[in-house]
Amino acid sequence: MNAIIISALLGVVMMFSSILIQNRYAIRNIAVVGLLILLLGNLLNTYTVYSFDIDTHNMLRFDKFGLFFNSIAIAATLLYVILSGSDIVKVGNYPAEYFALIFFSLCGITILSSYNTLLMLFLGVEIMSIPLYILTGSDKKNLKSNEASLKYFLMGAFSTGIMLMGIALLYGASGNFNLEYNHAASNGNAYNYGILAPLGLLMIFISMAFKVSAAPFHFWTPDVYDGAPSVFTSFMATIVKAAGFIAFIKLFGIRIADLGPSSIIILPAIIIATLLVGNITAVFQQSVKRMLAYSSIAQAGFMLFALYGNNDLSAEGILLYATAYSIATIGIFAILIKMKDYTFDGYNGLAKKQPILAATNTVFLLSLAGIPLTAGFFAKYYMLASALKTYGHGALWLVIVAVLFAAVSVYYYFRVIQAMYFKEGEAETSEISSNFKAILVVLAALIILIGINPSLLLTWFYF
Amino acid sequence: MIPVLLILIPLLSGLVTFFLKDERAAKSWSLLSSLITLAVVSSGLIIYDHKTESNFDVAWLPALGSRFSLELDGMGKMLTLLTAISFPVVFATTYKNNHKQSGSFYALMLLTQAGLMGVFLAADALLFYFFWELALIPVYFLCSIWGGEKRIAVTFKFFIYTFIGSLLMLAGILYLYFQTPDHSFAIKSLYSLHLSVKDQNVVFWLFFIAFAIKMPVFPFHTWQPDTYEQSPTAVTMILSGVMVKMGIFAVIRWLIPIFPDAMAHFSTVIIIFSVIGMIYASLIAIQQDDIKRLIAYSSIAHIGLMCAAIFTHNKIGLEGVMIQMFNHGINVIGLWVVADVIEQQLGTRKLSELGGLAQKAPTLAILLVVMALANIALPLTNAFVGEFLMFNGLFQYNVWFAAIAGISIILAAVYTLNMIQKIFYGNTVSITVNAHDAKNNVQWILIVLVVVVLVLGVYPEPLINLTKDTVNTILINR
Repeated sequence: MNAIIISALLGVVMMFSSILIQNRYAIRNIAVVGLLILLLGNLLNTYTVYSFDIDTHNMLRFDKFGLFFNSIAIAATLLYVILSGSDIVKVGNYPAEYFALIFFSLCGITILSSYNTLLMLFLGVEIMSIPLYILTGSDKKNLKSNEASLKYFLMGAFSTGIMLMGIALLYGASGNFNLEYNHAASNGNAYNYGILAPLGLLMIFISMAFKVSAAPFHFWTPDVYDGAPSVFTSFMATIVKAAGFIAFIKLFGIRIADLGPSSIIILPAIIIATLLVGNITAVFQQSVKRMLAYSSIAQAGFMLFALYGNNDLSAEGILLYATAYSIATIGIFAILIKMKDYTFDGYNGLAKKQPILAATNTVFLLSLAGIPLTAGFFAKYYMLASALKTYGHGALWLVIVAVLFAAVSVYYYFRVIQAMYFKEGEAETSEISSNFKAILVVLAALIILIGINPSLLLTWFYF
Repeated sequence: MIPVLLILIPLLSGLVTFFLKDERAAKSWSLLSSLITLAVVSSGLIIYDHKTESNFDVAWLPALGSRFSLELDGMGKMLTLLTAISFPVVFATTYKNNHKQSGSFYALMLLTQAGLMGVFLAADALLFYFFWELALIPVYFLCSIWGGEKRIAVTFKFFIYTFIGSLLMLAGILYLYFQTPDHSFAIKSLYSLHLSVKDQNVVFWLFFIAFAIKMPVFPFHTWQPDTYEQSPTAVTMILSGVMVKMGIFAVIRWLIPIFPDAMAHFSTVIIIFSVIGMIYASLIAIQQDDIKRLIAYSSIAHIGLMCAAIFTHNKIGLEGVMIQMFNHGINVIGLWVVADVIEQQLGTRKLSELGGLAQKAPTLAILLVVMALANIALPLTNAFVGEFLMFNGLFQYNVWFAAIAGISIILAAVYTLNMIQKIFYGNTVSITVNAHDAKNNVQWILIVLVVVVLVLGVYPEPLINLTKDTVNTILINR
């Protein structure tokens, strides 16, 4: 509860701070302090009894899983703002508003991690998404940004429509919005209401697949990620995406079986389609930013394994994946923003000019590729393990397909490493502060620490 | 304690080396580190022969059922010894070579050593996978930064090939993990698994493809000649001397005991491929003009024989493989040393451009001839013992396979002697007119290697005794 209330309040605070404060960097510092308060509030909620006590009539439920994810999301946002804050304030004329929108989006995320009825799911998704439509278009004079924003908004509205329709159908089938009650009612006789319940669930499934950009509902992703200002792409591709997955898993972890017998085919099909589209298309990109957009689709394919496995390993795994993926991607985007040229060739020779940037970027890319000793390895490991644990021999083929696609992903991630280290060139960057480098090193160290021992992170989950 | 030291010394000294800006400092530091490692390995062979000293086991990832568990058995001792010998040899012979950013170069070399040691010591499948990759990543950077002209594309091919293999192996490891009753990665739990034949036949390939790419066995060998040619020679020595042994080692340690049925089922197919590879690689080696490529193909042929001998699964063949793993490492490194001397001095590796070097560099000629004879496996050289045992094993398995594989001995003589003749004999050409003998450091190293070749050729007993326990374990486990 703390996180929801504080993040909403902080959003308002940030809005008003623009009236009182003119200094852009002061506004960024306020946001950092705000995020620290938010993190503290959420930790208090997780590990102590100090929390707002509001009766939500069981519409929200705060469990360890959701609260722990909140901490991850808030901490990742904190790192993101510390790292890229100075670039956020440079996007346009309204720096305070950008931070306000980020806080509102976080509010939506915290609702998504704790919703207990479909109504709250809908509210969470909308509160999370609407600020993003604005952020995408925040580079007002750039046509691509405008196009991306409009596209995102139209597609988002469309998928929301589908979700509402699905929720309505489910309501029609069971008479209420409750997640668990529905489940109990459908126990053994899921088809009492004919096609209504499975169809409703399928519609929600589709709209959630849209939010996490799973194929074949991914078409908005490359254009939106490419068109949006890079700093905000970073936020969308990491924290928001992870939140989408948490919401996905919270619902379908319970309800996947109600989709009917076809559920056992739908998920593997979507996983393979997502891995295929993301990985193969990323291979052909010339711009690192666009490559990252497709790679985020490919990573979503791996995260879907959590839904497929649907056991204790997948719960731990998705938290680990969210952390590993967010940290690495935030780092890569932070470096990308500093580059003058977003193509692969723009990175040529970066290792000579900026050795620390190149080295940390390498760690992040290795992590995304899932090389051992980085957090990304264990993230993928947990995903594959959860599938094998549930289905045993039956999932082996899917695991093999997935690792082959992981090998494909090495191709495009390593192209950046090759450009930085092995090719000659004059990679041009904007000015880089030593603070920025220090934080990058901290992020890389985190990745390696989790890569050596993921329990460092997961013990907090069970603490 | 010894197994941990073997990993820690190169790992820590390697990390330090990254920060050494001075070239001489980096060189002497890494040479010193590798000598200390060698001393530790040797002390392990001589002083301690107790079980307690050769095992190490601490909790690592309790939630996953993986432990940081190292074990030093006979085969492990032999291969860690090979690794420990190779690195100082490589550092000493390439001491005069210049590498830009030498700090990073030597750091990555030492990290590779740490990875290799880990692979040979790991007694936990997940840990094994970690080290397997740890050995690969630094080599990728070494070849890509310091390699030849086409290095980026070639090394990338090498990386992707081996990475696909490793990932398949990871899928296999995970699968086995969920089959163990106590959900553990420990080698003992995996050894005591009794998988159904159907399972074995699938998972066997997940592992074998990874190992076959690493060895490499025909038809997975296509990355190898290019990579050997393009890599800096110091790295090529490690790749062919030690790294390919990872594949053979892994088959013996992680494949045969876990999948006995699949092994019996597929051994004929694999031996056929190995034998085809031997003949094929030998024929190509005959046509090579580049010394590095010639040695690369010759190496494929030798590895093919080792792979075939493993899958005969009889005692004599396995003993041969054990001996030959060590000997092949020594011999091939010796050949690379000579190739490097020629390239550094004369600026070419083309046989067609060389000739008459024996007149200018007599000592080098003598040393190379001994190494070359070992490459052909002539009696009195170390390789003879190993190859004899392996052919014997193959003969017991199937006479025809042994007969066809035997052709490769003749072919080996053809390309090796041809190489010697073209480099050292005949008239001097313009390039070799001003040639001179190799520098002292290289000559001494070569002399040491030649002594090893001859001693082990006459008295291979120590190697057989050292690895006896491993051979027995594997044969019993069937």
